Amino acid sequence: MNETAPLMVRARGVVKNFGAVPVLRGVDLDVHAGEVTCVIGPSGSGKSTLLRCLNHLEKIDAGEIEIDGRLIGYRRHRGRLHELKESAIARRRAEIGMVFQGFNLFPHMTVLDNLVEAPIAVRGRSRADAERTAAELLARVGLTGREQAYPRQLSGGQQQRIAIARALAVEPKLMLFDEPTSALDPELVGEVLAVMRDLAASGMTMVVVTHEMSFAKQVADTVVLLDDGEVVESGPPQRVLVDPEQPRTRAFLSRVQVDR
Amino acid sequence: MAEDIASGAIGGTVADPPRPPDSRRPAPREVVPLRHPGRWIAATIALLCCGFALHSVLTNPNFDWPFVARYFASGAVLDGLVVTLWLTVVTVVVGFVLGTVLAVMRVSRNPVLSSLSWGYVWLFRSTPLLVQLLFWFNIGALYPTLSIGIPFGPTLQTIDMVNLIGPTAAAVIGLVLHEAAYAAEIVRGGLLSVDQGQTEAAQALGLSPWRTFRRVVLPQAMRSIVPAAGNMLIGTLKGTSMVSVLAVEDLLYTVQLVYNRNYRIIPLLLVATLWYVIVTSLLSVVQYYVERFYARGALRQLPPTPVQRLRSRWRAVLAAPRRPAPSGRDDP
Repeated sequence: MNETAPLMVRARGVVKNFGAVPVLRGVDLDVHAGEVTCVIGPSGSGKSTLLRCLNHLEKIDAGEIEIDGRLIGYRRHRGRLHELKESAIARRRAEIGMVFQGFNLFPHMTVLDNLVEAPIAVRGRSRADAERTAAELLARVGLTGREQAYPRQLSGGQQQRIAIARALAVEPKLMLFDEPTSALDPELVGEVLAVMRDLAASGMTMVVVTHEMSFAKQVADTVVLLDDGEVVESGPPQRVLVDPEQPRTRAFLSRVQVDR
Repeated sequence: MAEDIASGAIGGTVADPPRPPDSRRPAPREVVPLRHPGRWIAATIALLCCGFALHSVLTNPNFDWPFVARYFASGAVLDGLVVTLWLTVVTVVVGFVLGTVLAVMRVSRNPVLSSLSWGYVWLFRSTPLLVQLLFWFNIGALYPTLSIGIPFGPTLQTIDMVNLIGPTAAAVIGLVLHEAAYAAEIVRGGLLSVDQGQTEAAQALGLSPWRTFRRVVLPQAMRSIVPAAGNMLIGTLKGTSMVSVLAVEDLLYTVQLVYNRNYRIIPLLLVATLWYVIVTSLLSVVQYYVERFYARGALRQLPPTPVQRLRSRWRAVLAAPRRPAPSGRDDP
């Protein structure tokens, strides 16, 4: 959409195999700063794996990924790639927030401790400072006053909103969402999508793997259809979702529409 | 329909006109409960057996309870108890620290460390504790002297192994190394029980591997480690009695020394038994509260502790007399 903005994500020829099974077969992906990109596609198409490669939770087998102009997981020196140390990778990851399908909140910590853990450990903030930010974030996701609750005392939708707040607490430049509403009861999906809509409106760069076609249609700047580890089609949602060029996109969309 | 039910429910509080027989409400039932004569017979037999056992324990003069009472808190026995307790504490604490290191080595991606940890656990679990204790006690036969110096270079100091590793040192070394092997498996089991997504979430937030382990994985692993560790602790407390073969004056060896002099074997063994039972019971209480601590967040609502339950029942008893209209009359 905003072609002049710098590239936040630049993936070229990303290949990932699980053993002998190819999951990604040379994926290119560009996400400009401030853009929302929705990755859609049938299950097993490699969407989640692509997302996990972007913050180096999965090591890629070929190709390269740059986040905000710097390689992720490696550094280039005299034309060769050198693996980074865990601590260096951890520092890079703090610039990339991630929201998981299963929330993955820390169940033994209160909501407040979940929110301040990373800012204190990674950003070196004081506890009082981190708690102030946590209160602001809770207000932003509509859960003011739930600081002392434990995650399992909250509904799925509330947990996922806390998980979004936790990822934002580290002040990332990029947010990754891995099917954030797939584990939720249908009536709880809306509250999570509303928070994500606000976030998109505030100018956050987002890559969202999702099955929510209406969300993709309304919020995304770019929709990418992944099938069998390849990008089949990508472009603005009006084109990809309404008037797709590729027969595989049409086939996928008709299946999703029938499922509804 | 809904209004019918509502008016019916309120009806009781108003004047209560004679109501027509309610077809929706089932007629009061008269149920003859099933008799269980078998249960009564079984319970009677079991209680009779307990009664016989108790009677014999209390009346058989060979138990010699007055003698048990005399030695129960004697200086020698208490000294032995202290030795047993500190051996247990040292064994469990050092054993679990070593065991945690071994468990982390085992799950690490370094194949050498992982294999070494596996080999250690294999070796120390494959031999009886008694054999290991005797082995450490006789280490002097294997290495008569210990030399401190630069490897392959000059020797600075030479110590006789017999002087260095006495019975107590052999006992501590043997117990700790044996404990570490079992503790390693307990801790490893706990680490494996934590969902992979927890580590991923911590990594995605940028937490360092050490911080992830200490703040995210280990506290959650503790929930499955604590029950097994409590079991292990109680086993260790009793296992320390094996050091009596090395003439370490623990609780068992102390009472053995006494009964070798006065031949009152059974009463003195009872003294030791009572102390083991008392300490084990106290440890079980501690375990209950430690488990509760690590259950926070895992349960939506922690169940009340026995103390809390007693207190609430006590409060109910206190509140009872103040209640109006004591029972005895029929409800209006």
